[in-house]
Amino acid sequence: MKVKMLSRNPDHYVRETKLDLHRVPRNYDPTLHPFEVPREYIRALNATKLERVFAKPFLASLDGHRDGVNCLAKNPKSLATVLSGACDGEVKIWNLTKRKCIRTIQAHEGFVRGICTRFCGTSFFTVGDDKTVKQWKMDGPSCGEEEEPLHTILGKTVYTGIDHHWREAVFATCGQQVDIWDEQRTNPICSMTWGFDSISSVKFNPIETFLLGSCASDRNIVLYDMRQATPLKKVILDMRTNTICWNPMEAFIFTAANEDYNLYTFDMRALDTPVMVHMDHVSAVLDVDYSPTGREFVSASFDKSIRIFPVDKSRSREVYHTKRMQHVICVKWTADSKYIMSGSDEMNIRLWKANASEKLGVLTSREKAATDYNQKLKEKFQHHPHIKRISRHRHLPKSIYSQIQEQRIMKEARRRKELNRIKHSKPGSVQMVSEKKKHIVAVVK
Amino acid sequence: METVPKPGSNVPPKKDRLQAKKKKPRRYWEQETTGTAAGASPGPPHKRKRSRELRPQKPKRNDTSKKFRISKKPRELKSPGPQRTFSGAQDPFAGPAPVSVEVVRKYCRIDKSKELPHAKTKTRSRLAVAEAQEEETSVRAARSELLLAEEPGFLEGEDGEDTAKIRQADIVEAVDIASAAKHFDLNLRQFGPYRLNYSRTGRHLAFGGRRGHVAALDWVTKKLMCEINVMEAVRDIRFLHSEALLAVAQNRWLHIYDNQGIELHCIRRCDRVTRLEFLPFHFLLATASETGFLTYLDVSVGKIVAALNARAGRLSVMTQNPYNAVIHLGHSNGTVSLWSPAMKEPLVKILCHRGGVRAVAVDSTGMHMATSGLDHQLKLFDLRGTFQPLSTRTLPQGAGHLAFSQRGLLAAGMGDVVNIWAGQGKASPPSLEQPYLTHRLSGHVHGLQFCPYEDVLGVGHSGGITSMLVPGAAEPNFDGLESNPYRSRKQRQEWEVKALLEKVPAELICLDPRALAEVDVISLEQAKKERAERLGYDPDTRAPFQPKPKQKGRSSTASLVKRKRKVMDQEHRDKVRQSLEQQPQKQEKAKPTGARPSALDRFVR
Repeated sequence: MKVKMLSRNPDHYVRETKLDLHRVPRNYDPTLHPFEVPREYIRALNATKLERVFAKPFLASLDGHRDGVNCLAKNPKSLATVLSGACDGEVKIWNLTKRKCIRTIQAHEGFVRGICTRFCGTSFFTVGDDKTVKQWKMDGPSCGEEEEPLHTILGKTVYTGIDHHWREAVFATCGQQVDIWDEQRTNPICSMTWGFDSISSVKFNPIETFLLGSCASDRNIVLYDMRQATPLKKVILDMRTNTICWNPMEAFIFTAANEDYNLYTFDMRALDTPVMVHMDHVSAVLDVDYSPTGREFVSASFDKSIRIFPVDKSRSREVYHTKRMQHVICVKWTADSKYIMSGSDEMNIRLWKANASEKLGVLTSREKAATDYNQKLKEKFQHHPHIKRISRHRHLPKSIYSQIQEQRIMKEARRRKELNRIKHSKPGSVQMVSEKKKHIVAVVK
Repeated sequence: METVPKPGSNVPPKKDRLQAKKKKPRRYWEQETTGTAAGASPGPPHKRKRSRELRPQKPKRNDTSKKFRISKKPRELKSPGPQRTFSGAQDPFAGPAPVSVEVVRKYCRIDKSKELPHAKTKTRSRLAVAEAQEEETSVRAARSELLLAEEPGFLEGEDGEDTAKIRQADIVEAVDIASAAKHFDLNLRQFGPYRLNYSRTGRHLAFGGRRGHVAALDWVTKKLMCEINVMEAVRDIRFLHSEALLAVAQNRWLHIYDNQGIELHCIRRCDRVTRLEFLPFHFLLATASETGFLTYLDVSVGKIVAALNARAGRLSVMTQNPYNAVIHLGHSNGTVSLWSPAMKEPLVKILCHRGGVRAVAVDSTGMHMATSGLDHQLKLFDLRGTFQPLSTRTLPQGAGHLAFSQRGLLAAGMGDVVNIWAGQGKASPPSLEQPYLTHRLSGHVHGLQFCPYEDVLGVGHSGGITSMLVPGAAEPNFDGLESNPYRSRKQRQEWEVKALLEKVPAELICLDPRALAEVDVISLEQAKKERAERLGYDPDTRAPFQPKPKQKGRSSTASLVKRKRKVMDQEHRDKVRQSLEQQPQKQEKAKPTGARPSALDRFVR
C-alpha cells in the first residue's frame, strides 16, 4: 500500500513575525473562483459608482483679469506656465503650480485677439485690435528695465489671430488675409486670400509643418501650403466655423468648431464628408483643442460649458460647467494631457482635470494596480444597461438641460418631416441625406 | 484511483539541437571572458571542453526541476531556442517554461468556435484583440501552476490489492503524525444522530445532534469554540459566510448563533426547516421546510429574498450547485427540481428515480449530479444541458447521504457504511464500478461532508462524529484571497468586507453563471429592428454600389454601367453559390426512401 495524505506545514503559510507581510498563496484554478463573471460585474458596478462619486474635476480658478479672457496659450517648454490675453488688451502670465499670476503686461489697446508662444518657449507673440503684432520676452524685464516688446509690427488692418510655426522662425497672422511672416522682417513673406472676408483663426499643422488651416466668416475652411503662394482647397459648410485644431498625432485630421453647435472632424484628403460630426453642445462652439494623445479633444461653447469628445465618437464623454462660468471663449488641453484650462467671459481662467475622477499625486503601486483593474472592468461591462446608465449620468444646469430637450424635439420633427416627404414622393426621387453630408455645402479646389 | 503526475514523462532539455546550432560571430569581450575562465590558451575547442565540463551540472539542475517541468503531452506552447549570454554559458531552460495545451484549456474562458452574427469589421477586430489577450492570460495562468506548492494525496494498492480493503487503521498507521491526528471519533451516543458542517476554509467544524446538542470547534487544533444544548431537536446546522456565525434549523424555527453560542436571531419566517444551504457569494441562506417552501434569506441584510412553493410536499433533500448557486431539491415522486430565487417555477425538473429521492449531491465543477433513491439506485447525471444519467449502480441498501469532494470523489452513506468512489481526475465523473474506500461506523450515517482543503471526510452518525482519512479528496492548493485556512483574524475581517462589497445579487442566479458576459443577441436584434422602424430605414444595410468617377475620358456612362453590372453580377453569383451549398441537403431529404425508382417519383416535391 502506498499512501500520501495532504499535509501542509503551517510555517509555509503563516508569516514568521508580525513585521512580515501575510503570506497569500494563489491558485488561479477556475473552480476555486466560482461566479467569476457576476462578481466581476458587481466590482465593475462598484467601480462605476465610485467613479461618479469621485468625479470632482474643478481644480482652481485663476482670477485677476479685468475683462473677459479672449485667448490662451501654452508654453511649449514649461508645463506650469500659461499665458492669457483679455479683452482689455492685458496679457497675463500664470504659474499653475502656485496658481498665481506672475506677470502682467498691458499689451494692446482694445482686445488681445491672439496669442501664441514661440516653439523654443523664450518669447511670445500677441496681436490686438490696435493693428499691431508684438513679440515679447517670456521672462520678465530685469530690474529698472521697462516692460517693452522685443518687436512691434504695425499693420494696415486688424489682425484676428496668430499662430507660430512649430519648427522655424515663421509665424502666420490672419485678418483680411493670411499673412506669413518671417520673425526678422516687418513685411509679410506672403499674403494669401481666397475671396474677401475676415478670417477668424489660422493654425499650423504640427506634423506637416508647412500646412496651415484657416476659417473665415464666409462659412469656409481654407487649407494652405506655406511653400506655395496660393491656397490648396477649401470646404464650405452650412454655418461659420470659429476655430480649427489639428490632430497632433494624425497629420491629416483636424476638427472644426462650428456655429451650428456641432464640431466636424475632417480628413484633409477628403473634405466632402467629415469623418465624424460631434454633436452635444446646445450653442455655438467657440474653441477646440486636442489632447496631446490625439485621441480626444475639448471644446468650449457659448452655452457656458466645455465638453470632452473622443475623436471617433459623435457624443461627448464629459461635460464641465459651474454656476459662475459664463460663455467659454477659449480652451486649452495641457501638454501632459492631464488638465484642461478654460477662459471665459467672466474674467476667470479655470483649471480642470481631464479625467474627472482621476486621483492626483503620486500613486502607490497597489493604488495604481487597483485603478487599472477597475478601468478594465468598467471597459468590459460598459454596455450593461445598469452600468451604462450610471456612467453616462451627468448633472446639467437647467438651461442646458431644457435646451437639449428642446433641440431633441426639433430634430425629431425635422426627421419626421423628411420621412413624410420621402413617403409621399415618387420612390427614389427624394433621398435620405446622412448627418455627415448634410452640413457640407461644397468643396472647392 | 487518483492519478499522480509522473516525473518520468519529462521532456529532456534540447541539448543536441544546441550543439548543432551555428555559432554566433565572436566578440572581443566573449574571447576575454572565456580566456580568463578556461585558462591560458583561448579558442573555440577549449570553449567546447568547458561546456562539456559543465555538463554534469545540468542533469542535477534537471533533477531539482523535475517536478515543476510537468508536461504530460508532447504538444507544447512556445519554447523558442536557447539564447547565449555574454559569458558564453547557455541557459539550459531557455525561454518561458513549457505549458501543455490541456492545462491551458482549463483556464480558457472564450469559446472561439462561436462567431457573432453580422459583426462589423471594427467589432471583429476588437474581438480578435480580446481573444489574443485572453489566450495570453490563460497561458500565463497555466504557467503559474508551476508555482503551486502542494501535491494531492493518493492511495495505491500494491498490484492486485483492492484499496477498498484498506482500513482506516492501516492508513493512520502509514501516514505522518500530523495527518494521523486528523482521524478521530467523537463518541456522543446520548444526543442522537448528528448533522455536521465544515466552514468554507475547512478549518472549523460545527455539529448538531437530534437531541439538541450543538457544538463548534476548530477541528485541526481540537479547540472547542462553543457547546450548547438548544433543548430542541436540531434538524440541520450550517456555518454562514465565516466561522463566526452558525445557522441551526431547530424543531420550530431557524436560529442563528455566534461562535460563542449566543443566540443572535430567531427567524420565525422560516419554520419547520429540514435542510439548510448557504450560498457564500450571494450571502443567501436557503432553507427547505416541512411545509414545502424553499426560502432564501439574505443574511447580510436580514431580508427574505424569495419564498418559493415547491408544491411537492415535505422537502427533506436539498443541495446546492457550487458552480451556479442553483438549489437542487429532491422530491418523493422521484424528481429533482432546480431552483433559483429569480423564478417562481423550477428551472429544470429531472425525473431521476422510480421511488422517492433520498439524497442529491453536486460536484464542485457543476458538471455532475449524484442522486440516490428509494429504488436503491445511485445515479450520476450530466448537468451540462442534457440532464441524462451517465452511469447507474444498484446498491444493496441504497444510499441515504451523498457528498462530493473538491477533487470529484463521491461518498455515499448506506446504513452504517460509508463508500467512496473515485474517478480518473478532477473533472471526470467517479466510476461507480469499484469503491475507492469503505468504512464501517458505529452507528447509522446521518450527515456527510468532505472537509475543504483537507483529505478528510466528516461523518455524522448516531454514535457521534467520525473524521475519516480519504487521501486525494481535497484540493491541495488553496487560494489565499478566496478561502485561506491559515488566515488571521485581521485577514478574515478584511476578506469579509471585500466579500460583502462584491455580494452577487440573488437575481443573477441562473443555470449558466457566465451568461452575463455573453452578447445578448436577441435583444440586440430587437433593438436593431426598432431602430430601423424609428428611422424609417436600416442604417446598417449597405448602400447600392456607386462606381467612383475615374480619370478624364475613362468615366463614360457606358463604362460606369458596365462596372455597376459587374459588381451586381458578382453579388448575384455569391448568392447563388450560397444557396447551392445549402441545397444538396434539401434534395437528399426529398429523395424517396424506396429501393426501386418509381415512375411517380417525378411528382415528388
